[in-house]
Amino acid sequence: MPKRRLLHMPDVVSLDTYSVILVWTAIAIYTLAFIVYAVDLSRRSQESIEQHDAAESRQREKVGALNAASASPVGVDSRAADSSAAPIGAAKAPRRVFSRIGTALTVLGFLMHLGGTLLRGIAAERVPWANMWEFAMTGTLLIMAVYLGVQFWKDLRFLGTFMTGLVVVLLGASSTFYVAIVPLMDPLKSVWLVIHVFVASLSTAFLALAFGLSVMQLLQARRERLAVVAAENGGGPKRSFLRTLPSAEALEGLAYRLAIIGFILWTFTLIAGAIWAQDAWGRYWGFDVKEVWTFIIWVLYAGYIHARATRGWRGTRSAWLAIVGFVAVIFNFTIVNMYFDGLHAYSGL
Amino acid sequence: MRRNADAPDESKMNPDSSDPRRPSDHFESAEPSASGASAASGAVSPALGVVGWARWAWRQLTSMRTALVLLLLLAVAAVPGSLFPQRSADPNGVTQYQSDHPDIFGFLDDISMFDVYHSPWFSAIYILLFVSLIGCILPRTKHHLKALRSRPPRTPARLGRLADFRSETVDVDADEAIDAAAKQLRGAGYRIERYDSPARGRRPATRSVSAERGYLRETGNLLFHAALVGVLVAVGVGGAYKYTGQRVVVEGTTFVNTLLDYSSMNRGQAVAEDALEPYAMTLDRFDVTYQPPGSNAMSQAGDFAANVTIRRPGGDETSGVVKVNSPLTIGGDSIYLLGNGYAPTITIRDADDEIIYHDSVAFLPSGDAQMTSQGVVKVADGLPEQLGLVGFFYPTVAELETGAYASQYGDLVNPLLTLDVYAGDLGIDDGTPRNVYALDPTGMDQLTGGDTGVESIELAPGESAELPDGMGSITFEDETPEGADSAQGSTESVKRFASLQVHHDSSAVWVLVFAMLAVLGLLVALFVPRRRMWVKAVETESGVELEYAGLARGEDPTLAAAVDQLAEKHLAGLGVAPEDPDAVVEPEEPDDTHDAGGPAAFDGAGAADGTSASATPPRPASETRET
Ligand code: HEM
Repeated sequence: MPKRRLLHMPDVVSLDTYSVILVWTAIAIYTLAFIVYAVDLSRRSQESIEQHDAAESRQREKVGALNAASASPVGVDSRAADSSAAPIGAAKAPRRVFSRIGTALTVLGFLMHLGGTLLRGIAAERVPWANMWEFAMTGTLLIMAVYLGVQFWKDLRFLGTFMTGLVVVLLGASSTFYVAIVPLMDPLKSVWLVIHVFVASLSTAFLALAFGLSVMQLLQARRERLAVVAAENGGGPKRSFLRTLPSAEALEGLAYRLAIIGFILWTFTLIAGAIWAQDAWGRYWGFDVKEVWTFIIWVLYAGYIHARATRGWRGTRSAWLAIVGFVAVIFNFTIVNMYFDGLHAYSGL
Repeated sequence: MRRNADAPDESKMNPDSSDPRRPSDHFESAEPSASGASAASGAVSPALGVVGWARWAWRQLTSMRTALVLLLLLAVAAVPGSLFPQRSADPNGVTQYQSDHPDIFGFLDDISMFDVYHSPWFSAIYILLFVSLIGCILPRTKHHLKALRSRPPRTPARLGRLADFRSETVDVDADEAIDAAAKQLRGAGYRIERYDSPARGRRPATRSVSAERGYLRETGNLLFHAALVGVLVAVGVGGAYKYTGQRVVVEGTTFVNTLLDYSSMNRGQAVAEDALEPYAMTLDRFDVTYQPPGSNAMSQAGDFAANVTIRRPGGDETSGVVKVNSPLTIGGDSIYLLGNGYAPTITIRDADDEIIYHDSVAFLPSGDAQMTSQGVVKVADGLPEQLGLVGFFYPTVAELETGAYASQYGDLVNPLLTLDVYAGDLGIDDGTPRNVYALDPTGMDQLTGGDTGVESIELAPGESAELPDGMGSITFEDETPEGADSAQGSTESVKRFASLQVHHDSSAVWVLVFAMLAVLGLLVALFVPRRRMWVKAVETESGVELEYAGLARGEDPTLAAAVDQLAEKHLAGLGVAPEDPDAVVEPEEPDDTHDAGGPAAFDGAGAADGTSASATPPRPASETRET
């Protein structure tokens, strides 16, 4: 008996060790990507000035033409005043070398991250999301997957700094959650572990991206406000990477679309959790702390969706709701898991 | 081909009858005008009295803003329930909190901090929210049912002012072209209507088809909100018909499904005394495995399985297994495995060696993985005084340096039972219900352990000891079955118990059905685009000018592409290719701006002409003016 274990154990240990090494490599590469993306943002600041000069001359021509055609009086609208709202992925956009390097690094980091996560799953002989360390590993992997996947739809690389930064912080901090591989506790032996936790993590990934966009939206809205004021006072534009980003309104639209995907997945998480609770605890809902927080988050995002449709709440206010919602998501994952007593005692800590 | 990129006033038409009805503060509905405001303030003037006030209050309650505020309040109000232990989920936690914080407990209890989800204030919020919800969906449903039967609206006079617009002058028959367009649109799932107007004065004759699709979007939204009401109703009604009982069953014993046989039972108002399914259930064997010493998770227990036999009144017997995550269903009841532990079998004899007590007593695990357990034996009759024995059970005992005992491992390797004896009045004779797992030592004398100077009783399975004062003896029975594999050691020397929960809730399936309907409604409401399309043919001197325009209702990022597609397919069908596809003017404003901003182009605010024209190249008047 003991002999067999001696032969067997080192295998498992080393697989998990490789997994940890890969995850740390991923963190290192993400950190590099973060730096390169940050360089990209600072270059965008510079670009924004050059673009402005070009745009301004175009603007003058247009205004001239308009007046010539005796069209209606020209109002100074914020966008005309600072000609921001860069086309996303438009052909004439500069070839952002640093942005590309950042993305390439992120892909590389992602592959390491994926490898680390897969190895953990193989070593544990189950899905790699059954305790805090694994939730964090898989959750951040999905954040990166969604971030990279979304690039095929819209060029959102301006979020690169934000997303790589977020993942480095989350994954780095989660290393304190590390636990060795142990067999699953009985309540976790369920298909719902596979479905419920995965969908929750995927939802979190979409909400994370929406969160990043909402933060950008707030910054952009502030800059647009200031730009209008500056234009009225005859001041020039300030140099800012934000000037190369879509308008606040466009950012809001993007954030909303990602948030509703996250919301639908979260709704599904809630329902799947209730079904699982019915199997494991004998009732589908019992106001266990984790259930309560999942519900709070759901209601917050329902509030966000409503706010977007309510006059006076669209724009900045609804963006704050999206941010509060995501803070609640992170709170639910960290503080609630670690410090609140409840049935969801699966952090493995 | 020409394409408009700005979002001028034409697209800001006021919502018409086929539009979904929205609360007045929905961003798509018209901003209250000066006259509207005075009408509203008129409604609250005392002249209108109670009815006016009621109407005003109702309008407030069913507004988007109220719904939003109530949603946010609901989120905030749910928080305290996660900070304080709740009676419904964690009654022991509440008791614990009371003894830890006696000074603030009373106040917190007064404001329902331990029953948050049944508190008046929490209920007030969600009831208001659902009243608001019903008040919101009823008129919308009525309106939507009408809209479903209505025809697409008249083609706007100036299509060229819409955000998504193309035009093309070609040499075709106007009537045929519009017929083809109507057919194409109907094929694409649009509801269509022809609107033709003859030439009048200097205005040329126009033929057009107006098309609309995406009514499902509003259907989905209504389905979602109605399903939420369904969930609430199912939960509320179901609560009256459900029951949940708990019961500890020791290996080899039988439990009968009657109210009497439960250690605790919660049932809804509508559950009668005799409503429980008649059956008896015997726990034949309880299985559990422990991770071996030396592994990462030493002592972690798992693979719990309660093997049971069920007897129905008719006499038929079935056997089944209750596992975690896998309840056993009998009739409408589901049986869940909530916990397990050891139930040492104890025999007590009096001074004449007569057996006066013989039972397997469940000792509750105190929470560690090593299964140190605590229990109480109460002997009410047969001895000169009532006896209470309080003790610990260690499945694998080890002595700590302090001399105290602790369990080292969850399985039965080296079991030990220690007991302290109390004599006196158990306090059960007057019928007061007492917790069977605790002993109230008031009115009793401690005879062993503690400060008594008499050693506590310590027994391994099969051992006996004298009770103090020559009262008799106590035996810890070895329950190892005959013929058990002796190499296994003592692994079967002590019986185990399972803590089972019987749950009956036929509403759960309804809650699930409504929840799934809500998800379905959500998917439809958020992903089905609602849009209008128009194709118009205007006969001009140089040929027939075909105009294509689209209008998004709500978020619709793909509208521009859809208009392009419509135009291309239609022109191709007519056998005319766009003159020069490359000549399509790319919008000055990047696509993403109004694409993502979407419905801003439809806020019905009726902005003054030309406010947003500054970023757009001017259009030759002849192309758009058609009044
Ligand atoms: C139980 C509380 C409520 C929840 C959880 C909730 C949730 C939602 C969600 C998730 C959406 C977006 C999906 C969709 O468009 O169907 C939505 C939209 C909507 N809700 Fe609610 N809602 C609630 C109560 C209400 C109430 C009381 C009203 C009426 C005042 C209302 C009016 C609307 C409207 C008009 C929309 C469409 C928004 C748009 O045009 O984008 N909801 N709601």
